[in-house]
Amino acid sequence: MTLDLLRFTTAGSVDDGKSTLIGRLLYDTKQVFDDQLEHVAEASVRRGGNGALDLALLTDGLRAEREQGITIDVAYRYFSTVGRDGLPGRRFIIADCPGHQQYTRNMVTGASTADLSVILLDARHGVLEQSKRHAFISALLGIPHLVVAVNKMDLVDFSKERFEEIVKEFAEFTDRLGAKADLVYIPISALLGDNVVDRSENMPWYDDQTLLQLLETVEVAYDHPFETPARFPVQWVIRPQGVPGAGDYRGYAGQLASGALRVGEEVVVMPGGQRSRIAAIDTYDGELDAALAPMSITLRLQDEIDISRGEMICRAEEAPEPVRELEADVCWMTEQPLRAGGRYQIKHTTRSAAAVVDSLCDVVDVHTLQRGQAPQQLSLNDIGRVRLRTSAPLLIDPYAQNRRTGSFILIDEATNGTVAAGMVCAPTAA
Amino acid sequence: MSTTARPELTHLQALESEAIHVMREVAAEFERPVMLFSGGKDSIVMLRLAEKAFRPGRFPFPLMHVDTGHNFPEVIEYRDRRVAELGERLIVASVQESIDQGRVVEETGPRASRNRLQTVTLLDAIAQHGFDAAFGGARRDEERARAKERVMSFRDDFGQWDPKSQRPELWNLYNGRIRKGEHVRVFPLSNWTELDVWEYIDREQLEVPSIYFAHEREVFERDGMLYAWREDVELIDGEQVFAEMVRYRTVGDMSCTGGVRSQAVTLTEVVAEIASTRITERGETRADDRVSEAAMEDRKKAGYF
Ligand SMILES: Nc1nc2c(ncn2[C@@H]2O[C@H](COP(=O)(O)OP(=O)(O)O)[C@@H](O)[C@H]2O)c(=O)[nH]1
Repeated sequence: MTLDLLRFTTAGSVDDGKSTLIGRLLYDTKQVFDDQLEHVAEASVRRGGNGALDLALLTDGLRAEREQGITIDVAYRYFSTVGRDGLPGRRFIIADCPGHQQYTRNMVTGASTADLSVILLDARHGVLEQSKRHAFISALLGIPHLVVAVNKMDLVDFSKERFEEIVKEFAEFTDRLGAKADLVYIPISALLGDNVVDRSENMPWYDDQTLLQLLETVEVAYDHPFETPARFPVQWVIRPQGVPGAGDYRGYAGQLASGALRVGEEVVVMPGGQRSRIAAIDTYDGELDAALAPMSITLRLQDEIDISRGEMICRAEEAPEPVRELEADVCWMTEQPLRAGGRYQIKHTTRSAAAVVDSLCDVVDVHTLQRGQAPQQLSLNDIGRVRLRTSAPLLIDPYAQNRRTGSFILIDEATNGTVAAGMVCAPTAA
Repeated sequence: MSTTARPELTHLQALESEAIHVMREVAAEFERPVMLFSGGKDSIVMLRLAEKAFRPGRFPFPLMHVDTGHNFPEVIEYRDRRVAELGERLIVASVQESIDQGRVVEETGPRASRNRLQTVTLLDAIAQHGFDAAFGGARRDEERARAKERVMSFRDDFGQWDPKSQRPELWNLYNGRIRKGEHVRVFPLSNWTELDVWEYIDREQLEVPSIYFAHEREVFERDGMLYAWREDVELIDGEQVFAEMVRYRTVGDMSCTGGVRSQAVTLTEVVAEIASTRITERGETRADDRVSEAAMEDRKKAGYF
């Protein structure tokens, strides 16, 4: 069974029709309430529209942005479908990423939690530099499904040839990129609704899924928890004091980051390496025989071991090596540049440590998306590879294998700002 | 043990797990968290999630209610009973006290509301107790200005929210670092919708205050909404008080929370009504957001929840 929740992100250059597409998805799945619709109708008139509903206004955000007529930050939208025609129906969370200015930072943020990424193109303009960047970031962030929605097909006479031309050009690029994601192309008109929710009558040559059908049926990551190693970062130790009936309860609470755990299994507590067995998997609703990601649970172990926040419970044979040096791709998110020697706080799962930048390895050229030579610094919105050393051992996996235990953030202790998103490459032995 | 069957997790389980994770992160990383509790449906869900996150231990934070003095008596009664059941500590921050101390000036006239004044009472209480993190039950689907709100939302030492300088929030890694005097607001239900909340209440069989179910009440109609009649309400020309079957979708201050006509007297009926409703929660029942298109945004910047 699939998890009936899908998180996806949308990206596109300004005016490609992203707001219209999201508005269309909400409208055609009947998620728009009457008072919102009234609002949009009034605003459509005020803005001198031709009387037609401007669906883009449905996703209109904060006032500052309304005044500037642009979106400057990731916005989250919610909609759901009910099962029909044998389809399951799902709950959707959209991370709507603005298309310009700060786009890298925003897109990385939106993509970090997404299972699928919709990249919007304007059929008239074809594959722009920005579309390639969006695909690059989606791949870098390990999003397993990529959907290229070729929009405004109505403005190119719903031409099959034009669509195929764009598909070919995009595919050449993603081949070079070596993206592992599963890639789907859909010709749409967000304005008219073709192939968004309802099948297009103008494009009989396209007989594959509409965008919504795809969103409803695509498999999400948690479909296969038994195939990934179990990772349980301890978040919080439950040791009730003075609670009648609780005895000398000692439970390790946290969210299973990946994989599954069962009662009775032999486990190892990292980085210390103490071994024990799982005595019980507790939840408020009772004990479980087994738990799988992303459940929040409380573990009890057979042996009395002193475990605290930041340690990780794993299966003995598949535990990660603790490391104090690592190589990672980072997206730099602040004005003050990243340089060799820089010191930060690193937060990885539930563990924090000090980190120092040993060296910069390369930087991705925003135009060619090729990795260039070791730079002097990384500036705002740059993506590049760095080597870090940490004050305490970390329990990492390569990001390509595990998005939860392969990711981290860097925090600047002077400003307390989050300055980088990091994705672990192959670990280097300590 | 069912190891062969493919696992299945519902979206409610996923949302629940995410919220529990957020609560435990805050408990672990902050020194003095507090959980705001209004007695409304969202905060009722928050209490259950806190039980799931911390039992058999105690909550690592007290609960706090900002009492406008114009709350529905049913809600106050519910609040006290629920807190006693849980055996947790409740702090009541009173808007009336803020008025008596001259911290705020009461609005006057028939449309007077204490909704705005709550912000001062809340910020004063946060400062007085030295709280560095305050949990709230707000959801991003409630209102457009909330769509960009972070799960962990940074507030400067004036308690203000600046939509332009929010910290990026990546994966499930929250940056909880603050300076003295600053605090964060934390919204574990960010990704829940109104329907999720009701489905969860139904699934967990949580008790909610009686005003959430259809009941007969003396009301008057203003700006297309049905308000509860109380002794101290000033009616405007032509407004009539009449009896109507209503239920509430939110439980704010009586002065600005409207009821909706309803026949739903059980949880299942309420869920069914919400699932088929055509009007947003705030559009239908909250006068405070109707004042202007940017009403919520302005209040949030000033430190409102
Ligand atoms: N003809 C046509 N116009 C579209 C389509 N989708 C969007 N537009 C128009 O393109 C313009 C930009 O759309 P908008 O959704 O605001 O773009 P955004 O900047 O990507 O959010 C608006 O005038 C839309 O009406 C489409 O499929 N066909």
